[in-house]
Amino acid sequence: MTNRADGRTPRGGASTRSLAHSPGRRSFLRLAAVGAGGAALPTLAGAGEAGPPAEYPWSQSLGAGVVDKPYGQPAAQEAGVIRRNVPWLTAGTESSISFSPIQDLKGILTPNGLFFERYHAGRADVDAEQHRLMVHGLVERPLLLSMSDIVRYPSVSRIHFIECPANGGMEWRAAQLNSLQFTHGMISCAEWTGVPLATLLAEVGVKPEGKWVMFEGADGAHMNRSLPLSKCLDDCLIAYGQNGEALRPEQGYPLRLVVPGWEGNVSVKWLRRIKIGDQPWYTREETSKYTDLMPDGKSRGFTWSIDAKSVITFPCPEKPLGKPGLYEVRGLAWTGNGKVKRVDVSFDGGVNWQAATLHEPVLSKALTRFSLPWQWDGKPALLESRVIDETGYVQPTIADLRKIRGVNSVYHNNSIQTWQVKPDGSVFDVQTA
Amino acid sequence: MAACSMSRPLEALLAVGALLALAGPALAGDKPLYGYGTRPTQAQIDAWNIDVRGQDGLGLPAGKGSVDQGSEVFAEKCAACHGTFGEGVDRWPKLAGGEGTLKADRPEPTVGSYWPFAATLYDYIGRAMPFPNPRSLAPDEVYALTAYILNLNNLVPGDFVADKDSLPKVGMPNHDNFTWEDPRPDTRAEPCMSNCRDPKAVTITSTAEGKTLTPRTTGPLDDMQPK
Ligand code: HEC
Repeated sequence: MTNRADGRTPRGGASTRSLAHSPGRRSFLRLAAVGAGGAALPTLAGAGEAGPPAEYPWSQSLGAGVVDKPYGQPAAQEAGVIRRNVPWLTAGTESSISFSPIQDLKGILTPNGLFFERYHAGRADVDAEQHRLMVHGLVERPLLLSMSDIVRYPSVSRIHFIECPANGGMEWRAAQLNSLQFTHGMISCAEWTGVPLATLLAEVGVKPEGKWVMFEGADGAHMNRSLPLSKCLDDCLIAYGQNGEALRPEQGYPLRLVVPGWEGNVSVKWLRRIKIGDQPWYTREETSKYTDLMPDGKSRGFTWSIDAKSVITFPCPEKPLGKPGLYEVRGLAWTGNGKVKRVDVSFDGGVNWQAATLHEPVLSKALTRFSLPWQWDGKPALLESRVIDETGYVQPTIADLRKIRGVNSVYHNNSIQTWQVKPDGSVFDVQTA
Repeated sequence: MAACSMSRPLEALLAVGALLALAGPALAGDKPLYGYGTRPTQAQIDAWNIDVRGQDGLGLPAGKGSVDQGSEVFAEKCAACHGTFGEGVDRWPKLAGGEGTLKADRPEPTVGSYWPFAATLYDYIGRAMPFPNPRSLAPDEVYALTAYILNLNNLVPGDFVADKDSLPKVGMPNHDNFTWEDPRPDTRAEPCMSNCRDPKAVTITSTAEGKTLTPRTTGPLDDMQPK
């Protein structure tokens, strides 16, 4: 069977060609095929004996009516699926980060209540009525906009991830945190709705000397970052919508910048000011922080883009295996450079690899789901995933990254993650040589 | 029907937008296409325009402050977190020290050892500090605090007075160690599919197993500190 990881239909040869259009169907067939080679299917647990009761209390009573919960909540059993923090990481929670529970997420979109948080001065609870966006600097016509002005502009909706470049930053020296949530949870993905930044820039008329743009938030940090005008005109959004509703306060309500594929810090939240200049500002957040210290004492600044990265989300430390048998290994891949082209999975620490199935939709600068059936024989295994993006870039190993960047660069650790599976099915975060 | 009659002007609008986009330097067109919002007054712009540019101090306001004045304000408004001499209390950031540590096993990047531009200090203190009540300092206070922190790092003498002319001239020792062009991709790998490594060479060099750093990921939030 042809393992096409690029999402396109194989051009012949494969006997299941006609079914290959549907990735879901195809991976089901592959799973079944692998299963058929394995042990006989177990019979339904307890069937014929003390089977599950035909009727449960919820089947024999009236449920709560509409608007019982005017704003819906997850089932009570899901109460543990929450953003979590590492309390010892920062002095307080106001300049800190929380991690998305990606081990429990089912698709490419992060529910708004689970989107990771990064604040530099706590969550600003902005009054949208009073909020204004000022656009000025090297422009023909400075502009002051209310939210009701902003929503009048032609709008677009785009699905993009936002990743903090410090995601995985605690793993540069060694495997430290035994958890997918804490090694990879500084990433989330949403459908953003708003105005292309290019529309606003055309509206104010950028002067020919204008080459850089500074964005500033209305939070206590007045977070400010510089971006080159070319990126601003390319694909940036001034967003007010997140997964179909207004932005959450945690994500910058009522207005934020979304800079697709670039480190999360530049997607300034609670956006209140855009200033056009002829040079970058070299703000504290692009000099003291968000620069990468190399082993020779030099530092890299303006390392904006997120290189391709992937991780297996099942199994993982939080989601171990049960008995030996057939499993669907699942994961997420993404790249700031466009689309994911292929993801390979290894069960032996990178000696041999198999192409995984990519699941639609495969969108530019968005999380992409992949999976591969695995007949686990109960032996120890080292699981890894490796993404290749549409530029041909191959996700590196941590050893390869360390050779060039040492262990003190904090940001942009996009290395291959190794999960050690033990015979009892438990899973551990490890690094290999 | 309302829905139909609404979509047509919108389409027309989009067509105009597309035309403008094709018409070359639409960025500096003579007229706004939509005309929403208002033009801010000069007073409004001045009140919002707080940024100070790192490399040349563009945007620095009138006013001045000395190292001595800074030491007083700092003791009152900053030292509780950053320590009297910028040494940092508990896990609050250090503002001084760390010279010569950038190549060390545990580098200590601070204003003195790391920051490339002195004027950035004015910008940051003025917009974000003191942490609990930002934008509460007068320009003279921000200048004085900037002078004091630079002095703590031995970057200016004790009689230094910071203002819009003197601050951008302060040399920062780590300035030349920054590059502002992203050299990535800086790794290259072939996506080998089989027998890519010697299986015997695949050894575990580190594991998170047994380390006490990971907060729990089920049940309520953890407030653990490493043991
Ligand atoms: C309640 C504690 C607290 C107080 C009081 C405080 N700060 Fe801070 N300061 C912080 C925190 C926390 C950060 C880091 C914030 C971040 O990274 O988002 C910080 C960062 C800084 C930095 C940047 C350090 C670096 O290397 O990037 C400077 C400079 C600074 N503070 C100066 C001051 C000054 C001046 C004052 C007094 C006017 C002050 N701070 C008062 C907590 C405090």
